[in-house]
Amino acid sequence: MLALVLDTSSAAVTAGLVEFGAGVDPVVLAERVTVDARAHGELLVPSLQACLAEAGVSISELAAVVAGVGPGPFTGLRVGLMTAAALADATGLPAYAVCSLDAIAAVHAERDDLLVAGDARRKEVYWARYRHGRRVGEPAVAKPAELPASLLAGTDAMAGAGARLYAGILGRPLLDGDYPTVAGLAACAAERVAHRVPDEVLTPLYLRRPDAVEPAASKPVRT
Amino acid sequence: MTADQPLVLGIETSCDETGVGIVRGAELLADAVASSVSEHARFGGVVPEVASRAHLQAMVPTVHRACAEAGVALADIDAIAVTAGPGLAGALLVGVAAAKAYALALDKPLYAVNHLSAHVSVDLLDNGPLEQACIALLVSGGHSSILRVPRVGGLELTELGATLDDAAGEAFDKVARLLGLGFPGGPLIDRAARDGDRDAIAFPRGMTGAHDDPFSFSFSGLKTAVARWVEARQRAGEPVPVADVAASFQEAVVDVLSAKAVRAASEAGIEYLLLGGGVAANSRLRELTAQRCERAGLRLRVPRPKLCTDNGAMVAALGAQLVAQGAAPSALDVPADSSMPITEVLS
Ligand SMILES: [Zn+2]
Repeated sequence: MLALVLDTSSAAVTAGLVEFGAGVDPVVLAERVTVDARAHGELLVPSLQACLAEAGVSISELAAVVAGVGPGPFTGLRVGLMTAAALADATGLPAYAVCSLDAIAAVHAERDDLLVAGDARRKEVYWARYRHGRRVGEPAVAKPAELPASLLAGTDAMAGAGARLYAGILGRPLLDGDYPTVAGLAACAAERVAHRVPDEVLTPLYLRRPDAVEPAASKPVRT
Repeated sequence: MTADQPLVLGIETSCDETGVGIVRGAELLADAVASSVSEHARFGGVVPEVASRAHLQAMVPTVHRACAEAGVALADIDAIAVTAGPGLAGALLVGVAAAKAYALALDKPLYAVNHLSAHVSVDLLDNGPLEQACIALLVSGGHSSILRVPRVGGLELTELGATLDDAAGEAFDKVARLLGLGFPGGPLIDRAARDGDRDAIAFPRGMTGAHDDPFSFSFSGLKTAVARWVEARQRAGEPVPVADVAASFQEAVVDVLSAKAVRAASEAGIEYLLLGGGVAANSRLRELTAQRCERAGLRLRVPRPKLCTDNGAMVAALGAQLVAQGAAPSALDVPADSSMPITEVLS
């Protein structure tokens, strides 16, 4: 069965068309990846369209939509989630959520102990730790220098755009793969797509509250 | 589809309202709005990130509400229209992403339209076709402009004048805050003013001097004058007559707006004056403009208040006009444009 796969949680606009099947690894039929942090809104839908055209597949042949739900910079992240949610709504297809850091880790599943760090801007990273390909705990956001010492001591490698950006501070061997890939996203969703598990709500992993300051209470007007 | 009566779904997310409307030609079928205004109130203004998060959450349910209200299925829709700008960049992006995805999935054309032109076009839903040019007074939280509109829902319009500083709606918000009335200011001032005397305080009428541009506005001086007046009362230990201040401030705003709009129509020899935008929901602006139009022999067109504030139906209304005129749809890589010029109707 065929699914559109997308992720906009990083500087990359990632779109793909993937074939899934029970008991077999997903096969990427087409993908479009453009690194341009300011063009998610422009590029995503044309990229999906290009994937469909390249594979000669129409929307009506699809069976699912898979979306990376972050964590990632909010504005770009929302483009992917809104696109996936509207596609699923218009077609009646199930949507499946993948933690975008999991998708980066998925292509390094053979690693014993891996740190994945995305660029959270503001000199911070979105991070998570993976042991034998499985995430330990929930993803979090932190300054690179403030990651737990035990985490850095334990991991034998790291990946992600944040890991590359702060390689000097984090100090673990850096692996390739700065952004979530279509293959990584597909691997994380493979079982759910193939077994047609129920539809999921695509909830963005913001990990930060909106910046907003309540104004100092103005003096009440005497009436 | 019937070419002149297309079924159009319109999506609006330029500020804090997630609006989804459905029209058939110029017939309003659904106007579903989910507002995040209560989430912004304690901040005294719209927080862009809060608005954007709310849009993402509200979009699909609001589309469903609109379809249910209209009694149509998504598959019946002939075209998708969306606000491309102007507005809050991150908020616009959510609506544009949704519209593109619906257009792709349903294989229907996309029309990425101007929010301000949509505010003008919504009039067709309430007041029927207008086969001649009009002058439009467009007043909202972000804009205050006088436009010459050869055809409502058409691709061309000219701006005769605009505000040089604050938009009218912004002035309402700031004065409401000053008076401790809350946010958003427009409806709160309107309500407070009902119990006040609009002639109690002679606040200045900006840009009405002999050498001022006849169709430009300025409201920042007025806002300062109100602040000074209130401070002086407080310093003197005297109570502030909130209703009188609200009524007098509101009168100063709507006096200038309506006088300039009526003058623009009269000077251009155009019979119709159209009101649009959130501030067009203000009861005193509607009343005073109606009186002045009557005196000047003009015909006033103004939509019901609910269609004046931001909504998806206005976007659908403009989209339907563009479809009917055979305008070329937007490409699926069209960007959201937070500073989209008022004269760019379709991008
Ligand atoms: Zn508006």
